[in-house]
Amino acid sequence: MALAPLAIFLGRLLAWGDFRGKSLLEAMIALPLVLPPTVLGFYLLEGFGAASTLGGWYHALTGRQLVFSFDGLLLASVIFNLPFAIQPMQRAFEAIPHNIREAAWCCGLSRFEALWRVEFPLAWPGAVSALALTFAHTLGEFGVVLMVGGNIEGETKTIAIAIYDRVQAFDNYTAGIMSAMLLLFSMVAIGCVYRLSRRSGYDGR
Amino acid sequence: MDADGIRLELRQSGPVALDVALEVGAGELVALVGPSGSGKTTVLRNIAGLQSPGSGFIRHRDESWFDPDRGIDVDTQRRRIGFVFQDYALFPHLDTLSNVTIALGHLEPAERAVEARALLEKVNLGGLERRLPAQLSGGQRQRVALARALAREPNILLLDEPFSAVDRVTRGKLQQELALLRTSIRTPILLVTHDLDEAMMLADRLYVLHRGTTLQNGKPAEVFRYPRNALVARLVGHRNIFSATVLGHDPERGLTQIRWQGQKLELELNTAPPPGDEVDWVIHPAHIIMHRRDRPSFGERENPVHGHVAELLEFGETALVGLAVDGDDGRLLRFSVSRHSARRNRLEPGAAVSVSILAEGIHLMPRGG
Repeated sequence: MALAPLAIFLGRLLAWGDFRGKSLLEAMIALPLVLPPTVLGFYLLEGFGAASTLGGWYHALTGRQLVFSFDGLLLASVIFNLPFAIQPMQRAFEAIPHNIREAAWCCGLSRFEALWRVEFPLAWPGAVSALALTFAHTLGEFGVVLMVGGNIEGETKTIAIAIYDRVQAFDNYTAGIMSAMLLLFSMVAIGCVYRLSRRSGYDGR
Repeated sequence: MDADGIRLELRQSGPVALDVALEVGAGELVALVGPSGSGKTTVLRNIAGLQSPGSGFIRHRDESWFDPDRGIDVDTQRRRIGFVFQDYALFPHLDTLSNVTIALGHLEPAERAVEARALLEKVNLGGLERRLPAQLSGGQRQRVALARALAREPNILLLDEPFSAVDRVTRGKLQQELALLRTSIRTPILLVTHDLDEAMMLADRLYVLHRGTTLQNGKPAEVFRYPRNALVARLVGHRNIFSATVLGHDPERGLTQIRWQGQKLELELNTAPPPGDEVDWVIHPAHIIMHRRDRPSFGERENPVHGHVAELLEFGETALVGLAVDGDDGRLLRFSVSRHSARRNRLEPGAAVSVSILAEGIHLMPRGG
């Protein structure tokens, strides 16, 4: 959810912008796709730590820590989900012909109105698949969460980690129940998202 | 220049080279004609403010839209133009009515739907308000695009090849509708087209554009009849373009004489080029009269030219003839006769044929270009 505005902004920028360093930015966004979660997690841990600049600022600002806290976990989620959110958005914006946007300006729509009333409705299917992918990925993410968030009851324990915990403790019964819940929840959520996108009326073509 | 119109000069060296000077008056329909890649669409986009030229100016009435010296480059939104894109660029997620109301932001919300319906009636689309663009035919889409472009009561209506994406029957109908529509509005209209016939039919004036440069402007019939040079002649569709030398002028008989491929041609007096000058000349096929082959008759003394048929193409009810003129370098003199007449005269490749080139039809142009 925190990712949505960022993804829309960056997706649109990458789809239509033509600037120096575009490839570098694209590569950086795609990095989490190829890096092992532990590598990403390690760097995030280093970057978020109280000794680091970012971690220090955050501590000074809020009095809370980034590492092993929900806040840090959220930030980490945003980073490792970037490619999943941005790439579908970028494709969706790229699929809108340039002159549709220009036609909107010719109709007197400001750039923001054009984005809101024309571009975004057309990019909606892309936004939906971005949401679905991100959601699924967040639920399933394990490595990065464990590295950055640790495993703290009520703060950074995700279901995926809880299942791992239970299995380690030979509590297969609880692990089974939690797995089934996660499966069901994921199915329902993603199903809803796809259904919504289909009902939005405009199917992309 | 009409005070209500638009006037502009665009100059730049790249990415598309431009050297354009153009005016469109109120109530005037001006066509911008040229081959693909000549920069027609670029000119429209500059007027719309979708891109800016290197230098020049764009002025609407006494208001400046573009003036780099004074740092003026008015936004597309504030130029209030109507733009019909080549592929119409309708908003695919909005129905016909919404495609028009979205351009009516200057009205009170309650009035928008009323006005949009009136506009759709005007372009003969009443009853299709709830259709999506994907459910419309090509001609209907063009009408929606036109209604949307008219919605803002634009300062200028820019039409980018608006008839190129529809079939011929629809095209004819849409062209008539445009001709009718413009009698009821004072909006200056700039029509971009590569179709000369279209420009001839619809435009009050046309500009010939070639590689980003406006070469000539004037009434369509005048530009066609009196092209400024061989290049313009070619661009407006002439094929009978030849070179000759001016022999002399005879003011008493009202004649100018030129030598073309060893023979003498006479034309109406034109003292612009001095004797001895190399010139180009052009003749429309309508001014080439074939002599009857079976029995020579009088009236064949006017610029008689002899040759043999090098090309013969039956094209519907007419036969297009390419005549290889005796002593010529192989370039063909082209004219057409009715198929009936071609049969009666037993025209066939290789047949010897004589024609008269009517003096009044010969137009001289300075060499070059």
